[in-house]
Formats: sequence, C-alpha cells, structure tokens
Amino acid sequence: MDVIAQGVGRIFTDPDADKAREFFRQKSRKLESKLTTVKEAVERLVKDGDYLSIGGFGANRIPAAILHEIVRQGKKNLGLAGHTATHDFQILCAGKCFNRCDIAYIVGLEARGLSPNARKYMESGEVEVSEWTNYTLSVRFKAACAGVSFHPIRNMMGTDTFKFSGAKMINCPFTGTKYALVPALFSDVAVIHVHEADIYGNCRTKGILMSDYDLARSSKKLIVTCERLIPTDEIRRDPTSTFIPYWCVDAVIEQPYGSYPGNMYAEYFSDEDHLREWLKVENDPEEFKKFLDKNIYSCKDHYEYIEKNGGMQKMLKLRQKEWLMIGARE
Amino acid sequence: MANYNTMELMICTAARELEDGASVGVGTGAPCAAAMLAQKAHSPNLVILFEAGGAAPLIPEMPISVGDSRTTWKALMASSMPEIMETACRGMLDYTFLGGAQIDMYGNLNSTRIGPDHQKPKVRFPGSGGANDFASFCWRMMVMTPQDPKRFTERCSYITTPGWLEGGDSRAKSGLPLGAGPYKIITNMAVMDFEPESKRMRIIAINPGYSEKDVRDNCGFELLKADKLVDNAPPTEEELRILRDEIDPYRYVIGR
Repeated sequence: MDVIAQGVGRIFTDPDADKAREFFRQKSRKLESKLTTVKEAVERLVKDGDYLSIGGFGANRIPAAILHEIVRQGKKNLGLAGHTATHDFQILCAGKCFNRCDIAYIVGLEARGLSPNARKYMESGEVEVSEWTNYTLSVRFKAACAGVSFHPIRNMMGTDTFKFSGAKMINCPFTGTKYALVPALFSDVAVIHVHEADIYGNCRTKGILMSDYDLARSSKKLIVTCERLIPTDEIRRDPTSTFIPYWCVDAVIEQPYGSYPGNMYAEYFSDEDHLREWLKVENDPEEFKKFLDKNIYSCKDHYEYIEKNGGMQKMLKLRQKEWLMIGARE
Repeated sequence: MANYNTMELMICTAARELEDGASVGVGTGAPCAAAMLAQKAHSPNLVILFEAGGAAPLIPEMPISVGDSRTTWKALMASSMPEIMETACRGMLDYTFLGGAQIDMYGNLNSTRIGPDHQKPKVRFPGSGGANDFASFCWRMMVMTPQDPKRFTERCSYITTPGWLEGGDSRAKSGLPLGAGPYKIITNMAVMDFEPESKRMRIIAINPGYSEKDVRDNCGFELLKADKLVDNAPPTEEELRILRDEIDPYRYVIGR
C-alpha cells in the first residue's frame, strides 16, 4: 500500500502495537485492592511529560477531582488528547500543564461560549498541535484498543484538518477507494469518572459511554474515580453491567460529586452558575489568579472545593435539577 | 412589523427541511431547536442523534451540551460516540446542521483558526469537533448562520470541514463518501443551495423583509441564482407557539 498523501502534524505517541503489547504483558492481572486517594494516585501515576487522555464528554462525567489535583501538583509538559474537551481542557490550561495536544475539540464550552484563557494559551505558541476530529481521535483509541497500529477512516481528506494531522492516505487494496489511516493512540495515563466501581476497579456507568470504552482500554495506566464503591458480589451478580474490567485499572478512588461542576447522568446536573463565573473571571488575569487560588491551589481536596461553592445544599439542588423536579428550574 | 425575529425564522425554515422518518445529527443551540420543532410540529418520528451517544430522545428542554443528560431523556438508546458516528459512516444519517467562523462559495467551513501560523494562530477556535465527521458522512449537510461579508468569504483561510471542496467533481475525487455533501444554507436573509454542476452556492429563496441586493451585499463572493427565486414563508402561529412556549421558554436561543 503506497502512501499517496500525508499530513504534517506530529504523532505524539508511539503507535507500535508490539511495544504496547510488551507493556500490557507486564501489567498486573492480580485481583487486589487498588483503593487510594486522589493525591496519591496523581503522585504515583501521572509523571511530567506523560501523554494524558480524559474520559467523559464536554463537562459531562469528567474526572474533575483528578484534573484539579494535576493542576495542584504542578504537573508539566504533559501531552494531551483534546478529545471533546471543554471544561476539562479549561482546567488544564489554567495550570499550563501540557505542551502538546492532539486536537479534536478544544477551547470552547459548547453553547456556553469560548474560554478566554484556553484561547490565550493556544494562541501563545507554547503548545504544539496536531489536528483530528472527534470521531477520528476516538478511532485512534479504538485501534490501540484492538492492538493494531492504525485504523482506516473515510473522512478528513480534502481538508486542512487532514493537512495538519498525522494521518496518511492510501488506496484500499480490495476496492481501490481512497482511505485515510490514523495511527493508534496508546496513552500513558487515562483518567475516567464512573458511577460505580468495586475496590479492584471493575466499573459500571450509566447513560452514554462517549468514547470511554476504547479510551480506557487503550491507555497503559488508568485512574478511575467513582461516585460510590459497590461490593464485588454486586458486580458478579450482574456482569452485563461491567464496562471496564479491573485488569485495565491502576487506581480506584471513591469520589462523590467527582464530576462537579460537570453533569453526572442520573446523579446531578452541571453547575452552570459556577461555569459561567469561571468563563467570566478568565477575562481579568488578577481576578482569575485569585479564583484559581480559591478553587484549586488552596483546596486540600475536591470536598473543600465543593464546600466553597455551596456544599451539600448546592449538590442537592443540582440533583433535583438533573431530575427536572418541580422548582429546580432557575 | 413582523411578529418574529430572524433567529425564529431560521429555526422554522430549518425545521421544515426535516421530514418525518428522517434522521438528523444535531449540536446544541439553533440546530437542536430546529430538530425539536420538527419533531413537535410535523415529524413525530424524526430520529434525533447526538454525537456523544444520545439516540432518539424526547427532549424535555434545550440541552446545554451534546453530551448532557437531556440528550438521552426518554431516548431509545444511550450509546457512544463511535456508535453514533458509525451510524453516519454506514449511511444511515440523513441530515446535519453545522456552522463556522467562515463559509465559502462551495460550503466549506472554517472553525479552526484565523492567521497563517498553525502553531501560533492569531485566533484559535475549537477545531472540528464532530463537524468534519458529520459533514463527510451525513447525506445532506445544512448550515444555519447569520450572513455577513466577513463570514461568507470567497475562500476559507482554513478548511476544517468539507463542503464541495474546490467545486465540480473535486469532492467525489477526494475519497470522501460519494453522494453526501452540502445541501442548504439557511441565513437570516435567504436560503441557498448549490448549483448541481459547478457546486457553487446559489440563492433559491429570500426571507421576508430582505431583497436580493441585501443578500448579495452581505456575501463576500458572487452568488449564483436559481431560475426562479421564491419568497421564504414566514413562521406560522403554531410554529412560533411551539418554539416559544415548549422548546425555548427561557429564550436561550431565540433571544439571541
């Protein structure tokens, strides 16, 4: 198969499936407790320079507690999969934690508007970028998940999205049709927030899966936060509901409201007031610094962050809003 | 004096394009309002799909995100991004609505950057998101956007999302799936489609209160024109009632 065109974007991660297999060969299959804290998991599993991917979509079911901790611990020079990234991206931009980024969707918070600070960071020249799309980036996880080094797709061709990507174009050996090939993306570390997990890391979630099925399996290391721990007997009673098995997982943390200020399906809605405040305060560097000190740097943990933003009363209100209960509309 | 605003008109115009039994991939804001209106007004069996995984919901109120809980309210399936995108890849998604900072005469869209240096852009926008995917795979891509000469530019400085590329048969030769492409451009002033041979944008209908000259003055390239221009019908009382009372009572979208 001759390459007939290729993008100029750098491929930040090694797509070599055999090297990845060697890594996964060494990964533990031992059924042992992986319960830990957010602080310990980030200290142990997120290294400066690592390539990071983040579960969820937009501000929905995002591992906010872990992301705050990454900023708090001052992690630097990370690579980042900017895949359906909105508030999660905004958090990591606040800490200037990454210096290279595979872009599908960044900078914006969908209908809420664009993040001034994320935009400034991406316009500074400090971050090296390659372009993709939401689907093609998820296909890169899918290839890694399947233990192959690339996956064919039928889009991006003819556009600058292809030109600034790391994709290559070939003719199909069966039909002659042009295809773009995208390289497998094996992340060093992925972080995902789920509804329920046991102490070993068997995970369940509710609602949409976004790209998390493939994202979880394609990463060398995986940190899971969950709304609540459940017994392994419950996992074994209903194995159909397990969407990540424990052998993919390196750390489990019980973190109620772990997606706050994001939405968590059938649990709580997003805190739109807080997200609006965050977007607004980014316009003033002095105010933004104070805001980050208050909400991230001076917080011991996610509980303190929640406490400073309305505590349990606010959480109950967001729960009612999630269920569209009477009086929950503001 | 009209009893509606241009956003309401654009949403009603877009909704009328969505026939019963069709499928549509939508984002938040005006596209979602158009799909909800179509479902409530004349296409009860419209299949609404969200790229994050929400499939065929009965949406109670405007979602804020294409992945928030509203996108799976009373849905038939809470699936995944690969599931929705592959439904489009297989050819089962009929319509999508997109937008961008720039659109050119072939319906190509820019939502990535302004400025020559890709690694240090003058202005950085979100990028493709799911736009390049939906525009490549959905049979008919539509755009809803306000019209001005800066946005409607002869050539996009960066093509994030494919329209008819260079026009003619260039899209067919590119390797993108055959038969899919830009269909209609719905603005505050007019409705455009694409001339079948050249694939250049052409005016087919003018909105109430605007003239052909207004449409041309607010476009940065020469628009072709259909043999017969029609007047775009204003929203009906029933459409406005559904839109204002049921879909967007807080005027998040129609108040813009």
